[in-house]
Amino acid sequence: MDETNTSTYHEIRFHGRGGQGAVSAAALLSLAAFDDGFEAQAFPKFGSERRGAPVEAYVKISTTAIRRHNQVYQPDAIVIQDQSLLKSIAVFDGLKAEGFVVLNAEQLPAEADKLNISRRQWACVPADHISEALFGRPLPNTVLLGALVALTHWIQLTALEQAISHHLASKGESIVNKNIEALQAGYRSAMQTMEDVA
Amino acid sequence: MRQQLEGARAVAEAVRLCRPQVIAAYPITPQTHIIEHLAKMVADGDLIAEYVSVESEFAAASLVLGAVAGGARSFTASASQGLLLMTEVLYNIAGMRLPVVMVCANRAISSPINIFSDHQDSMSQRDTGWIQLYVESNQEAVDTLIQAYRIAERCELPVMVCMDGFFLTHTFEPVDMPDQAVVDQFLPTFQFARTLDPKHPMTLGGGSEPENYLEFRASQHVALLQAQEVIKTTDADYAEHFGRGYGGLIDPYRVDGADTVLLGLGSMMGAVKDVVDSLREQGQAVGALRLRCFRPFPVLDLVQQLAGVKRVVVLEKAFSAGASGIVAIELRAAFYDAGLSIPVAGFIAGLGGRDVTPAVIEAALHRAIATNTPIDSDFLDCQLDSVL
Amino acid sequence: MDKRDTFRPNVLTSGHRACSGCGEAMAARMVTDLIGPNAIYVNATGCLQVFTTHNQQSAWQAPWIHSVFANAAAVASGVEAALRARGDPTPVVVQAGDGGTFDIGLQCLSGMIERGHDVLFVCYDNEAYMNTGVQRSSSTPHGARTTTSPPGRLSQGKHHFKKDVLSIIAAHHMPYAATATVAYFPDLKAKVEKALSMQGLRFLQVLSPCPLGWDHEAALSVSVSRLAVETGLFPLVELEYGSVTGVMRLAQQRPVEDYLKVQGRFKHLFNSKEGAVEVRHLQALADRRIQHYGLLDTPTEWDTLRATQVQRHGRGGYPVMGEDTVQ
Repeated sequence: MDETNTSTYHEIRFHGRGGQGAVSAAALLSLAAFDDGFEAQAFPKFGSERRGAPVEAYVKISTTAIRRHNQVYQPDAIVIQDQSLLKSIAVFDGLKAEGFVVLNAEQLPAEADKLNISRRQWACVPADHISEALFGRPLPNTVLLGALVALTHWIQLTALEQAISHHLASKGESIVNKNIEALQAGYRSAMQTMEDVA
Repeated sequence: MRQQLEGARAVAEAVRLCRPQVIAAYPITPQTHIIEHLAKMVADGDLIAEYVSVESEFAAASLVLGAVAGGARSFTASASQGLLLMTEVLYNIAGMRLPVVMVCANRAISSPINIFSDHQDSMSQRDTGWIQLYVESNQEAVDTLIQAYRIAERCELPVMVCMDGFFLTHTFEPVDMPDQAVVDQFLPTFQFARTLDPKHPMTLGGGSEPENYLEFRASQHVALLQAQEVIKTTDADYAEHFGRGYGGLIDPYRVDGADTVLLGLGSMMGAVKDVVDSLREQGQAVGALRLRCFRPFPVLDLVQQLAGVKRVVVLEKAFSAGASGIVAIELRAAFYDAGLSIPVAGFIAGLGGRDVTPAVIEAALHRAIATNTPIDSDFLDCQLDSVL
Repeated sequence: MDKRDTFRPNVLTSGHRACSGCGEAMAARMVTDLIGPNAIYVNATGCLQVFTTHNQQSAWQAPWIHSVFANAAAVASGVEAALRARGDPTPVVVQAGDGGTFDIGLQCLSGMIERGHDVLFVCYDNEAYMNTGVQRSSSTPHGARTTTSPPGRLSQGKHHFKKDVLSIIAAHHMPYAATATVAYFPDLKAKVEKALSMQGLRFLQVLSPCPLGWDHEAALSVSVSRLAVETGLFPLVELEYGSVTGVMRLAQQRPVEDYLKVQGRFKHLFNSKEGAVEVRHLQALADRRIQHYGLLDTPTEWDTLRATQVQRHGRGGYPVMGEDTVQ
């Protein structure tokens, strides 16, 4: 797609396991992108969901209306919510040459060197650890969304904060606040790792 | 108000705006989210309606038949196997000229069992006497659903709104949800002259003999043909109320000056339009035509629109096994009857949810242009060896 | 030629895609291992069919056919008719979920029973349309949350009671019908074996917890099914020709809350007074079932050797004082 000043188009693929909220994260990202003035599409890998099974979800963000409803084959970024997937799913398949990777991990995995992805394109964030401190159990998805924004700046963090406030409102103020904190923590953590690399 | 919504949610909201009084629900992937959202609305009192969880799709169709005959605007939705299980009742509803509206979340048909999208389900019901409208986007699904009630109640013909399962139902995208007050202006309260009523008793669903059955069927056919005008004016009126229209029966895209037109139905046409734009930039005289209304088959509009074209490439997500592609056959017949000898290259694609990508579309187009002999509905991108 | 995997000769072998803790997978493995590979299995659409035959793969090591959702009983009738015509005694077994038994499959089931086909029909009852995303069926218990019976401002979950399909089946006066569940394997085993030893239409309803739809920890499936029995909500009984011939007695009755509280699908009943009313309904239902089947009664004439169709204590039941005395 065009990379001129006036139009942008990005595709993001989320990898997770059923029950970890990968699909919700994709939906939330598309809501935030929409609120931030973009056109967006989000959809899960179509099929039946099972607890614990690998899932994928996709987001397309564009400045112009997205007319087609095709799958995502060459994402500009991937978000990996569960490190164990690296062993069983070809998570990096199709990732564009300058693509970004957000990974829920304490540090870069061994495989990273074999891939042709520059350090500057990675954000490794200990999202389980961060979310556990906030929610009492690992809920990495919002943390990783913050990291994605830090890495790509494709949408504003405030748009995600607003999307959380608005669309999670029914779960109560406490949940909303914790999710915003998780988002910001993920953002800060990713910014930190990028500074370390720079 | 413009919002980012999941397709199924948008459709459920559209149903709510139409103020249905009876909803029959039997789940089948990929329609499930539609009926789940409606269940929650009813459970929260946001939609006052009788929500009936029936025991099968056969019962769902039967329930809305009874509800409409009983004087209530009703809704149901299904797909694939469920739609087929309704077949007997769909014919019955149409034959009784009941204004039922349903959504078909287009999905492939068993066997082998496949939960993903194609048009085989609704296409298999093309002879039932229902109006069939196919939408390209979730926005169009919302708008067409609202239009459907008006068309159905005005023509006394049932309407099936067809939207691609998963590609539309499970996709979040921007939708402008109409305002209730404007919908109320556009869509009058439910009226059905032959409502079952002790004050005006009527017999519905009686018998017929050889001397009059043909006339019943002919009158149904005439009603369907006449519905074309109602479909067009309803869409035009909708555009006046809400600012969005879809061309009525057909949605031509850059057909003017095109040598070759890509023709098809449903959400796949978004990618087709992108391909047209991209090829036009390269100087190719290509256009697209989306068939919004498949039943009645808009012969006059199609012939008018395509008369000057050199070639039509049909991409369709259904076929008549042992014969050919369905849309291709009907289009060729329409051209023949109009005295037009425009070659129609037919391709069957996207069955069972296979993605019809711009690359696949371009390949079909180039093959059609390059080949001199007619293509009688080839399966696109088919790797037979992988399953034999 | 026996083509089964020598390491895993089970009829339902490993590699299928059930959720962790799936009660249906457990029950199906138990039941089909008891029946064995020398049978023909006719499966309705549902979880079991989906997770065992996904995308060109199969976990079945026995002849197996799936047609559509509603017709497993009719297809099985056809298989049985063919085998009968050919003089082949291979048993025919239907496997269906509650959807394919209580709802969309009820018509074909009734037809099959009425015609007296020699078929064993097994219903794995997980109390909702699970594989399409947890929508209610007529088997869903009163008060349960599903996606089409959601709790809301005006609703406490499923309004209607769980359909008493066993009574419907019993009214056909066919040879054998029984309920069982995964927590009581010896009982299940005895019932399957009993069913296999009989001719005509035999029916088993096996309560199969679903961690996803019932919303409990995967590891608790067996204990949840035990609680269903111990509260009296799911009595383990046997019927022959429409009459009760055996029940599993309860040593004591557990309050329904013990069962309801471990499942998220009932949690909304515990935070409002409307919910509390529903809990009382469920307790009344359990009490009624216990009374109806005499689950807390001391042994009655069902347990004497004088009755012609009698099973002492049901299978795997709690022993009662003096049980060895013949009256």
